[in-house]
Amino acid sequence: MKTISIPEFALVVLIGASGSGKSTFARQHFKPTEVVSSDVCRGLVADNENDQAATKPAFEVLHYLVEKRLEGRRLTVVDATNVRAEDRKSLIALAKKYYARTVAIILNPGQSVCIERNLARPDRQFGAHVVQNQTRTMKQGLFGLAREGFKHIYELRSEAEINAVSITRQRLWTDLRDETGPFDIIGDIHGCFDELHSLLQNLGYQVGEDAEGVYALPPAGRKLVLVGDLVDRGPKTPQVLRLVMRMVKAGQALCVLGNHEAKLLKWLRGKDVKLSHGLAQSAEQLNQETPEFRAEVAAFLDGLISHYVLDGGRLAVAHAGVKESMQARAAGAIKQFCMYGETTGETDEFGLPVRYPWAMDYRGSAKVVYGHTPMPQAEWLNNTICLDTGCVFGGKLTALRYPELELKSVPAQQVYCEPVRPLEALNVNLSAQQEDDDILHFADVSGKRLLETRLHRQVTIYAENAAVALEVMSRFAVNPRWLVYLPPTMAPTSTSSKADYLEYPSEAFSYYAQRGVSEVICEEKHMGSRAVMVVCRTAEVAQQRFGVTSGEIGVIYTRTGRHFFNDAKLTAAILERLNQAMQQAGLWEELHTDWACLDVEIMPWSAKASALIREQYAPVGAAARLSLQALSQALQKAAQRGVDLGTLTERVAERSAAVDQYGTAWAQYCWEVTSIEDLKIAPFHLLASEGAVHMDKTHTWHMTQLARLAEHDRLFHATAHLIVNLQDEAQVAAACTWWEQLTQQGSEGMVIKPANFIAYSNEQPIQPALKCRGKDYLRIIYGPEYDLPENLERLKKRGLSRKQSLAMREFSLGHEALHRFIDKEPLRRVHECVFGILALESEAVDPRL
Amino acid sequence: MLFTLSTTHQPATDLGFLLHKHPDRLHEISLPQGKALMFYPEATQERCTFALTLELDPVQLVRGSGQKGDAGLLDEYVNDRPYAVSSFLTVALGRALGTAFTGRSKDRQVLAETPIPLEVTLTPLPVRGAEDLPERLFKPLGYEVQIERHPLLAAQSTWGESPYITLTLTTTQRLQTVLEHLFVLIPVLDNRKHYYIGKAELEKLLRKGEAWLQQHPEKRLITERYLKYRKVLVQEALVRLADEAAIELEASSDCDLKQNLAEFELEKPLNLNELRLATVTQVLLEHGAERVLDLGCGEGRLLKSLLQQGQFNRIVGVDVSLRALEIAERRLHLDTLSEKQRERIELWQGALTYRDQRFAGFNALVLVEVIEHLEPDRLDALERVVFEFAHPELIVITTPNREFNARFPNLANGKLRHADHRFEWTRAEFQAWCERVATTYGYQVALSGIGETDPELGSVTQIGVFTL
Repeated sequence: MKTISIPEFALVVLIGASGSGKSTFARQHFKPTEVVSSDVCRGLVADNENDQAATKPAFEVLHYLVEKRLEGRRLTVVDATNVRAEDRKSLIALAKKYYARTVAIILNPGQSVCIERNLARPDRQFGAHVVQNQTRTMKQGLFGLAREGFKHIYELRSEAEINAVSITRQRLWTDLRDETGPFDIIGDIHGCFDELHSLLQNLGYQVGEDAEGVYALPPAGRKLVLVGDLVDRGPKTPQVLRLVMRMVKAGQALCVLGNHEAKLLKWLRGKDVKLSHGLAQSAEQLNQETPEFRAEVAAFLDGLISHYVLDGGRLAVAHAGVKESMQARAAGAIKQFCMYGETTGETDEFGLPVRYPWAMDYRGSAKVVYGHTPMPQAEWLNNTICLDTGCVFGGKLTALRYPELELKSVPAQQVYCEPVRPLEALNVNLSAQQEDDDILHFADVSGKRLLETRLHRQVTIYAENAAVALEVMSRFAVNPRWLVYLPPTMAPTSTSSKADYLEYPSEAFSYYAQRGVSEVICEEKHMGSRAVMVVCRTAEVAQQRFGVTSGEIGVIYTRTGRHFFNDAKLTAAILERLNQAMQQAGLWEELHTDWACLDVEIMPWSAKASALIREQYAPVGAAARLSLQALSQALQKAAQRGVDLGTLTERVAERSAAVDQYGTAWAQYCWEVTSIEDLKIAPFHLLASEGAVHMDKTHTWHMTQLARLAEHDRLFHATAHLIVNLQDEAQVAAACTWWEQLTQQGSEGMVIKPANFIAYSNEQPIQPALKCRGKDYLRIIYGPEYDLPENLERLKKRGLSRKQSLAMREFSLGHEALHRFIDKEPLRRVHECVFGILALESEAVDPRL
Repeated sequence: MLFTLSTTHQPATDLGFLLHKHPDRLHEISLPQGKALMFYPEATQERCTFALTLELDPVQLVRGSGQKGDAGLLDEYVNDRPYAVSSFLTVALGRALGTAFTGRSKDRQVLAETPIPLEVTLTPLPVRGAEDLPERLFKPLGYEVQIERHPLLAAQSTWGESPYITLTLTTTQRLQTVLEHLFVLIPVLDNRKHYYIGKAELEKLLRKGEAWLQQHPEKRLITERYLKYRKVLVQEALVRLADEAAIELEASSDCDLKQNLAEFELEKPLNLNELRLATVTQVLLEHGAERVLDLGCGEGRLLKSLLQQGQFNRIVGVDVSLRALEIAERRLHLDTLSEKQRERIELWQGALTYRDQRFAGFNALVLVEVIEHLEPDRLDALERVVFEFAHPELIVITTPNREFNARFPNLANGKLRHADHRFEWTRAEFQAWCERVATTYGYQVALSGIGETDPELGSVTQIGVFTL
């Protein structure tokens, strides 16, 4: 029995005349979904699997399917006659494009067998000459298969051979996804054995010497990974090789191929290579070794492969980097890329090739760790990191501990080699990520997007909402680097069962009680405008941490990301006051941070909403007043004449009373602002500071920390609040009374939140807050006369589920944005969450909720 | 709101016969959004007053009736519609006083055909920003106009005046004529019709205005406002009213329209916009551009001009505003363009501050009156998107010359030309920016002006032409 071994990821092209048994063969050895058949495609486009007129569109479909499968790194079998080189050419091209291995399996049971089989099938009455032609063409082409680009070619020459064959699949060498580490990954060594020695010791390897030479035993369970360029330039290339070869052999280390290894191998094999770029040193040192050792080195180098994909696909290691489309695949082009990276074809002023910054475009989920290009610092950029810190040029040798993502390095003991290009930072102020983040990509925010959040599964952003957000974001929002968070919308409490209330706290309490929350906090809802404040201790911090170089120490923005104040000086003054208050309250020290992000309410309402008040709210009040005044005067006259007006007069009086209350409902939220002293700022969430998103704390913690700001600066106001144990009826009743008092005194109402910032029920996060608005405040929302019985009755029929779902999704995205920011993820990763919130805000939800 | 109609023609109570409403009863009719109530506050031989008020259902107004085409006013959930004099009143008048509108009276036909002294009051009538409008509208029609203003807040004068007035009109005319005037001019005063404006409205306007609109000095304003600036309808109305000067209004959204109109009006005498487009098109032609990217294409004015030149075989307009792109699509008639033409042009949504792979591969890129709509601190992103990443052989940028603003008589000192302009540059500022950007990204730049040129202040518009 013959066994055919094929790579686990490959394009398998079946070649054989009509009737040679390709479909049967494919069925026997492959999953139905792995097989793309030309007959099936004919059927798809023309309702008839034998319609030869549909050949062209059928093959277009076939190629499309093949392309999509290869793109997704899936083994694909093409079931078509494929007898002409012409037919195979386009398939080979697709395989090349997606770095798939190519396998040709020729099925040749003999011409007569094919003809006989076709005769037995009523749908294939096309005569023997067809099979004869196909067989002849096929045979003529067989010699050229290797030249066409097939790497694995198997010919099965009889029915018996075809029936007896079995197929095994082999994993690609680059695919080490089942190796989960942990790993210690070391950058370019270039013969710097002494530095390697001390770095290994620093990493906890037991380094010593025995009869075979130097050894290094990894700490339990760990494995060493080398990104290549072990050799050349430095003083002790043979020692480095000896240790690495020993560790690889013992299964203690993995090593990928660097460009210097490739060139050294050529030299070892006696090829005519120029002894430049440090090869001379290696040659000189290796010439002092035994021929056996040199042969051993050559064998080792020959066995190195382009890259490894490790840890379930979460980590990729290559010498000069590896693109997402190449990972865990194998091809000559991949090998070239992994050794040299991408170059633009130009050379710089030092005569070195200009490298194309592939990492700037990298969007893959696997972390890519590489070397090759000496950098002053190892820095993350779009989930990639270059560990070549130029040890041989007098820099340092750097290791990355994975999955801890800690960097360790030892300085070079000396400059072993003068670099052609000075080893200096291109821009010392901004990190590589921030440099790259200078520009956001349209493709990263447009179209339908699925955002993964750690709190609430996936959030879907639809293309039409993203399109709306793009306009707001690009025309009105603050600099995206400041925009690390947007506040979520908040759902109101369920509609009250009390006859003359639309909202009342009881429903909010039962919402949480039913979901197993035992303690909630009620916070007074300030009637101002929501704002987010980001503040840094200094402009230098703003530059280092946010990449903002304007000299500002922070920003104040609205819930749609716009500047809160048009006046930059006022903004700066407020931020400086906050900075001082943070300082005096000792919060900078306690939180070990030099920046913070706060959720606040800024009062008066008129400070931000004056246009809205002047153009909408106040005129409505004026129109209502004028209208009803004129009407009641006219009615009075008619009544004096004795006209029977029914209940009209009483009704107008009732409406006038409601309108008067409307007039006072909003007026008290307005006062004139002539200076900063007329403002009131009530912070209620201390959202995040360096290294921490404070949503893991209780609201009491937030209230307590933020009240300390109010102690030091009268610009800031503590928020009145009440802790309520939901099991205690007296406490619940007291909270309702408190709400009634607050709202009767003109307060907007209150916000009820679970004691913990994030609360769960059945392992699902629940509403982080519910608002309960006062009876009179609601006039601003539902109109002056909303509480007349016939209106209230209808307004009570309102659905809240969309609003609640929206609040949950936005909350998850805000939480995610902050986490990504403190994890120092690329700006685009933070931006996509914030952008998502803005997009969700354009979903159609009753704005009165 | 309250509408009253009084007469002193004796016996004044004959008004009841003209209106077909008995003076001693309360009358009520139902309307789609509520009801109209009518009664007579006074009814003597000397003076008789008819009053009409509307009780609109505020819940339904906001939510919509659930019927097709009635989306409600949810965007402005608190609004003055239940209280102010508006197009709801004209609908109510039409329904309540249908016979009077036709000029017939069952019992007093002679009186209906006789001019009689009439006084009309309307309160509260919104006159946003056009306090003199009632006079301009009613005086030419033979009314004496009296206006009473009201404070915004009842008790506080610091808030100033409200946008509402009580309007009193006195005249001696036929009742039918007065009703027709009111029918057309109330919505014109309010400028916010609550129903769909279509061909039927155009016919209504021409019918009700048949006798007087053509001679009215504010004919154009009345037509535009009555038809809510719907360009096609307005033009047809004006043509049918034999207006020689065709008008240049575009079907924009109200808000943009107002802003654009402001800038348009400012620059209009100079016919600047056309000149600007012609200049840019000429520059592109001279440089042999074939694939042109119009960033910030807005409503597609330049695209339309480019489409007329065969040299440009690929024309793409990009704007961040979906609304603008929709208008551009209509302006360019993309849906009916021949296939050959259609292949040359595309419209994309995109933003100037986001890097966009699609921007590569053009040999010319234009930014006509665009950069000034960007916050200064976002210009660095635009510079990289345009000069570094798109990097075409030719870049053309136009922007206002701030110095020239002094020459606009209607523009207050220090004000910018458009409400959305984030900055406007002097010639020196524009030059400094252009030269820095050109040096950074390896371009040569030539600067000049477009439009009227003042020996000291320079041209209205500045233009920078960047070449590689």
